[in-house]
Amino acid sequence: MDTFRDKLIPVTSILVGVVVLWYVFAVFLNAPFQRDLDRRANETSTFSELIGKTLSQPKPTLPAPHQVAVNFFENTFLRPINSNRSLVYNAWVTLSSTLLGFAFGTALGIVIAVGIVHVATLDRSLMPWIIASQTIPILAVAPMIIVVLAAVGITGLVPKAMISTYLSFFPVTVGMVKGLRSPEIMHLDLMHTYNASQAQTFWKLRVPASVPFLFTSMKVAVAASLVGAIVGELPTGAVAGIGAKLLAGAYYSQSIDIWSALVAGSIVAALLVMVVGIAGRLVDRAMGGRPA
Amino acid sequence: MTGISPAVVSASKLGLTFQTNDGPVQALSNVDLTIGKGEFVSFIGPSGCGKTTLLRVIADLEKPTSGAISINGMTAEQAREKRAYGYVFQAAALFPWRTIERNVALPLEIMGLSRAEQAERIKRTLDLVNLSGFEKKYPWQLSGGMQQRASIARALAFDADLLLMDEPFGALDEIVRDHLNEQLLELWGRTNKTICFVTHSIPEAVYLSTRIVVMSPRPGRVSDVIESTLPKERPLGIRETPEFLAIAARVRDGLRAGHSYDD
Repeated sequence: MDTFRDKLIPVTSILVGVVVLWYVFAVFLNAPFQRDLDRRANETSTFSELIGKTLSQPKPTLPAPHQVAVNFFENTFLRPINSNRSLVYNAWVTLSSTLLGFAFGTALGIVIAVGIVHVATLDRSLMPWIIASQTIPILAVAPMIIVVLAAVGITGLVPKAMISTYLSFFPVTVGMVKGLRSPEIMHLDLMHTYNASQAQTFWKLRVPASVPFLFTSMKVAVAASLVGAIVGELPTGAVAGIGAKLLAGAYYSQSIDIWSALVAGSIVAALLVMVVGIAGRLVDRAMGGRPA
Repeated sequence: MTGISPAVVSASKLGLTFQTNDGPVQALSNVDLTIGKGEFVSFIGPSGCGKTTLLRVIADLEKPTSGAISINGMTAEQAREKRAYGYVFQAAALFPWRTIERNVALPLEIMGLSRAEQAERIKRTLDLVNLSGFEKKYPWQLSGGMQQRASIARALAFDADLLLMDEPFGALDEIVRDHLNEQLLELWGRTNKTICFVTHSIPEAVYLSTRIVVMSPRPGRVSDVIESTLPKERPLGIRETPEFLAIAARVRDGLRAGHSYDD
């Protein structure tokens, strides 16, 4: 708990700084439009009136933090959960494809890593392609995946999940290749003296040794999955999901909606990383890890 | 005494040359050696003399490039496949995610023994190294000396008659080391195993062994073999007796003759 208290003050100070800066920018960026409005209405505002107006525009260039907070609160807690304006509903839509894609991606990443570690040919042939796959901009690939899968009759959750898979298998593959190769020479020699089979060495030594690497890479992968799910919602004309909210907000200049959807996305990402982190710590404890 | 008992380890004209980027390195050259059943043989020499390499050749962790080696009349590979020896490394090399009893169970699981048989052997070998009561502890909860005892228990668990030990107490302080040496001798006396023990400590070699193989570097070879005249019963105090010191002096002479003290 001491580490929590040690972090609380620095993190809060940064947060306060960001909020102050945000207000300054909100006034600064919304002021030209507000002056324009005042001129047309033949009004003259004092400086403090101007500031008040810039922070309460219905479609501001940069919404003020309290506008985002109010919008976020209303759309999270005051709407029925099955309403498509509810952020909980939209977050759930995105979360479900994130989790499906993450599960696929983790499984795929592990399978590829096992192949690379055990088959020398795969190590040389597959690894460059896997690295190349991540240099392709996902925004360019996403619409193609959606269109191609729609052509063969696959729509809905799975195409979005595929994009999450595409982004999340990579960190898992890299982490697990490293993890499965992490046993010390001495441990491998020990297994050799027991005349252990390759399968026994795999299950009794390589797999347990790779577990910390798996959870570290899964933390990266789950965040990437969420990005994938949001990106996957953009070209599909999806009606629900955080990506759909972002797109709709952009169409109708609902900047406050965009920002509160962003906040919702960040919270989901933070929660996902936290859950994976906690799962990792529980597994570590169960495997006799030394308490930190 | 080696004449009557059957040979457990027998090496003739054994040589091993590593191919490195800087050219070939001769780690072992022309090693002739016979170790009889129940012997406690120490290999002593400076680093680079090939003593660990020789132990690894016996264990089939390295392949010799010339000469021949047989363990219990088999090739080293056959002996390894039959789990003819237990190997104790310089570090305890316990799996950190397994408790002490599960670590000892590792070779038993690999050999496919039943749960009941495993439990019985775990209990027996942990008793043997005085670690009863620590079954459920994880390695990090034990001191370095206790961890090394657990790794000895693991090497004993599957009842191999040959124990290969590669500087097992090298990383421990002298007080713990004395204590473990005493316990190891007692264990050897009770189990009648054949032990090959690599060390770079002269007192340790003299205190433990029935025979001391002195090795010298560049290329690694046997420069002297010294039979110990000490009795089988050896209290720690024996290290102050003239007989003990005489053997230690012979070992030191052997090391000097092999140019072990040159640089």
